[in-house]
Amino acid sequence: MGGWLAWLVLLASLALPGQPALAEYGDVVLNRRSEKEGMRPVIFSHWFHRIRFQCKVCHQELGFKMRVGSNDVRMADIINGKFCGMCHNGDVAWGPDRCDLCHSGKRGLPTGIYGGHETSGPGRW
Amino acid sequence: MAVLAAILFSGNVAAAGSWQPLQNDDLHDPASPAIGLLQQPAEALSKLPPDTTGNLVRWVEALEKGHIEPRSNIFPETKINLLDKDILMNLKGGTPIVRFPHRAHTLWLDCANCHDHLFKAQTGGNKLSMMQILQGEQCGVCHGAVAFPLTECNRCHSVPRPGIAKPSATPR
Ligand code: HEC
Ligand code: HEC
Ligand code: HEC
Ligand code: HEC
Ligand code: HEC
Ligand code: HEC
Repeated sequence: MGGWLAWLVLLASLALPGQPALAEYGDVVLNRRSEKEGMRPVIFSHWFHRIRFQCKVCHQELGFKMRVGSNDVRMADIINGKFCGMCHNGDVAWGPDRCDLCHSGKRGLPTGIYGGHETSGPGRW
Repeated sequence: MAVLAAILFSGNVAAAGSWQPLQNDDLHDPASPAIGLLQQPAEALSKLPPDTTGNLVRWVEALEKGHIEPRSNIFPETKINLLDKDILMNLKGGTPIVRFPHRAHTLWLDCANCHDHLFKAQTGGNKLSMMQILQGEQCGVCHGAVAFPLTECNRCHSVPRPGIAKPSATPR
């Protein structure tokens, strides 16, 4: 029991100071280049996609590495059928011409994983 | 245990049972033309088995009971690997034993998502630690980011340990 409490205190000290997260748990912002090139940051929602695809489709078959920011996604690649473009090709899902559906984020958001109903630091824990 | 539960659950109360509309989520630009076209989380998620944390959805249950049918592959030739085997961990520590279910994981993930770059495929062959998990390594690669968060101690530490007075009686 003592061990549990010690961990809990540690956890609470990490958990509480953060600002409450409003974003849906697992939402990803991709903004390595978008904003610099005049587009809104991209928002990718895990909740929406996991209703339709198991994790293994993206993270095994299609090869997305499980670390935000580690896949160097370029718009030209998407149009050529890589990354999001493996599905957003007008076949599995609507095509890359619908810019605003992906580029829908608030300006100024850094690349990262967001969200959580009570944890403040997804991506860390 | 009661103290633990009380502290843990107190953190959940305020947020439980609601999804932010996209225009208020601090992520989507309320002025984006996508608002109104994108699906609102509440519309999709409120129909699934409820949880108190994360996406407020019990994802394993949703899949097992057929509420959702996420595709397992895009290419027809991809081999689907499933395994139904539980692993018990931390058999000597002071916390309830961790039960790692392969079944629930391989319903979502492929073996190669974990083996061998995160875990050697050998019971007891990995040095796992809660500190590293909390830092986003090991189980924490997914739990705390996309899978249910680390505040849910009991979902991993799920097997009660017989009285600490006789730890050697712990079943294997
Ligand atoms: C399926 C989702 C999706 C759609 C649709 C989409 N984009 Fe992108 N776009 C991305 C992603 C992901 C990135 C990489 C984000 C980053 O790190 O900045 C990106 C990056 C960009 C960039 C940054 C420079 C570069 O070459 O990577 C520009 C500019 C861009 N997109 C313009 C557009 C335009 C214009 C359209 C519509 C014709 C469009 N995008 C449609 C997902 C999309
Ligand atoms: C439709 C594709 C898709 C599906 C399905 C998907 N993911 Fe992801 N995932 C992504 C993308 C894209 C990223 C961001 C990668 C980047 O930024 O380079 C990501 C990032 C991640 C990360 C990194 C988070 C971090 O903190 O760095 C984790 C962990 C993850 N996904 C786990 C999962 C799990 C678990 C599932 C299944 C429940 C899943 N993903 C399903 C596309 C997907
Ligand atoms: C495994 C296939 C797959 C991949 C990879 C994928 N998507 Fe999707 N995505 C889909 C499908 C299917 C839909 C639903 C299409 C529909 O409703 O017609 C969708 C819908 C969306 C939507 C709209 C959600 C809504 O509310 O309607 C956005 C935004 C989106 N994807 C962004 C992305 C971005 C950004 C990436 C890359 C980082 C990506 N997707 C990668 C399959 C995929
Ligand atoms: C989410 C991560 C994850 C996935 C996915 C996963 N495993 Fe494991 N696996 C583990 C962990 C954790 C252990 C236990 C390691 C330990 O005890 O240190 C393990 C142990 C094993 C063992 C050793 C069992 C024994 O009796 O010693 C085998 C064999 C194994 N996994 C095979 C597989 C196969 C085959 C798949 C795909 C069908 C798979 N695993 C998918 C995490 C995973
Ligand atoms: C590669 C990603 C990944 C890793 C690594 C991982 N998990 Fe999971 N885990 C998941 C996903 C996805 C689910 C489905 C539930 C969800 O998304 O909330 C899950 C569910 C679970 C469940 C609940 C099963 C149920 O029936 O509800 C337990 C318990 C669990 N994980 C324990 C662990 C433990 C312990 C480890 C480390 C040894 C671990 N997981 C590592 C992705 C992962
Ligand atoms: C995703 C699954 C998961 C969750 C959630 C989780 N743990 Fe753990 N925990 C583990 C694993 C795996 C180990 C290592 C087991 C072993 O020794 O093989 C561990 C080990 C521990 C240990 C032993 C010390 C150590 O570093 O090995 C303590 C204490 C502990 N956890 C406390 C907690 C507390 C408190 C919570 C909730 C705030 C929690 N855990 C939530 C998986 C989890």
